[in-house]
Amino acid sequence: MSKKVYQNAKEALHDVKDNLTYLVGGFGLCGIPENCIAALRDSNVQNITCVSNNAGVDDFGLGLLLQTRQIKKMMSSYVGENATFEKQYMNGELELEFCPQGTLAERLRAGGAGIPAFYTPTGVGTKIAEGKEVRAFEGREFVLEKGITGEFAFVKAWKGDKFGNLIYRKTARNFNPMIATAGKITIAEVEELVETGTLDPDQIHTPGVYVQRIFQGTNYEKRIEQKTVSK
Amino acid sequence: MPLSREQIAKRIAQEVQDGYTVNLGIGIPTLVANYISQDLSVMLQSENGLLGMGPFPTEEYVDADLINAGKQTITTALGASFFSSADSFAMIRGGHIDMTVLGAMEVDEMGNIANWMVPGKMIKGMGGAMDLVAGAKNVIVAMQHTDREGNSKLRTKCTLPLTGVRCIKKIVSDFGVIEITDQGFVLLEYAPDMTADQVLKATEGKMTLHPECKPMKV
Repeated sequence: MSKKVYQNAKEALHDVKDNLTYLVGGFGLCGIPENCIAALRDSNVQNITCVSNNAGVDDFGLGLLLQTRQIKKMMSSYVGENATFEKQYMNGELELEFCPQGTLAERLRAGGAGIPAFYTPTGVGTKIAEGKEVRAFEGREFVLEKGITGEFAFVKAWKGDKFGNLIYRKTARNFNPMIATAGKITIAEVEELVETGTLDPDQIHTPGVYVQRIFQGTNYEKRIEQKTVSK
Repeated sequence: MPLSREQIAKRIAQEVQDGYTVNLGIGIPTLVANYISQDLSVMLQSENGLLGMGPFPTEEYVDADLINAGKQTITTALGASFFSSADSFAMIRGGHIDMTVLGAMEVDEMGNIANWMVPGKMIKGMGGAMDLVAGAKNVIVAMQHTDREGNSKLRTKCTLPLTGVRCIKKIVSDFGVIEITDQGFVLLEYAPDMTADQVLKATEGKMTLHPECKPMKV
């Protein structure tokens, strides 16, 4: 069982390559796999297609891979917090496929669940549905959207065991559970790695079968985008 | 005088009923939470994976793992639950959210809404807006009635790329409360310092007065 355990992000990402699709968990900067993103930058792999709800900020999260121009294409629902992104996109250096947030979540869920495509009401009659099959069910129109899988998936969890069972914390869960299921090789980084058998099976969010590699992350910054307090 | 942002939010809060589950978008919609009556039992849903959003935290309870869809730090309310983005949008698309409030650049008399892109400008993305308008039972738009030049944003037909088709039933603008029916816009209430006629004149799309059209109470 313990063959899934790696010492750090660099070891866990030892075989990442150019021209692949990487699925990355997180919403904004919340629940992002900080260690994996840094290791992917350091690996210097190129022509990345990256599927992630957002694109980080200029100097953190996936913004780090934009700075180094390792990303060729982003698939996201919202990229508004990143000036580097905007500049590269407006210059035609970066491809972008917008996907409604719920459709993105479901496409990843479907990809991981062996469902090649599904019909959704989201986006019917908009640019998002252009070129896609639209079909009516019981008098309402739906658009066909395809499942997404990737060669590598990076997720961040709060706790994990050596079998790869994961527990997320609060809203840091977000896209991580679906992304974990949709990677050929899913690498989980956790704040606390524990012995198999010590997590309550009733509390597991991602069963270990979806996780091929796991390591305990270090130096979590957990940057907050909009710190808002009440007096 | 048209309504302030706070007054728009206050008027929308009057639409919230006891037992509702409500999703509030970014901007004016976020302010609605401040005006929901304490006597009502209402759960706020945040599409990044929380049902039961509480107020902003005090300094000691700020938690990087607990944010809303606007990426602001928040707290949980009693009875809250966390879930994945797929579960969150199953809730939204599946019609389990009673009411959603969001902003718009344009709405037309067919109930179409445009709020995610302006051709030629950098597009930030639609986020969850397309799913929300496709899924919620009751979508209320909070918006300015006109642009800075005084052009109506309540159009005969949206000119900007759409976010959703025939999905808007009600608008609360700084000029009034408007219902969208098969006959186009119907003015239900107008801003206290304005007249119904002023609202009609400021609207490009076909608008009629409701028989009981009255000044808004805010």
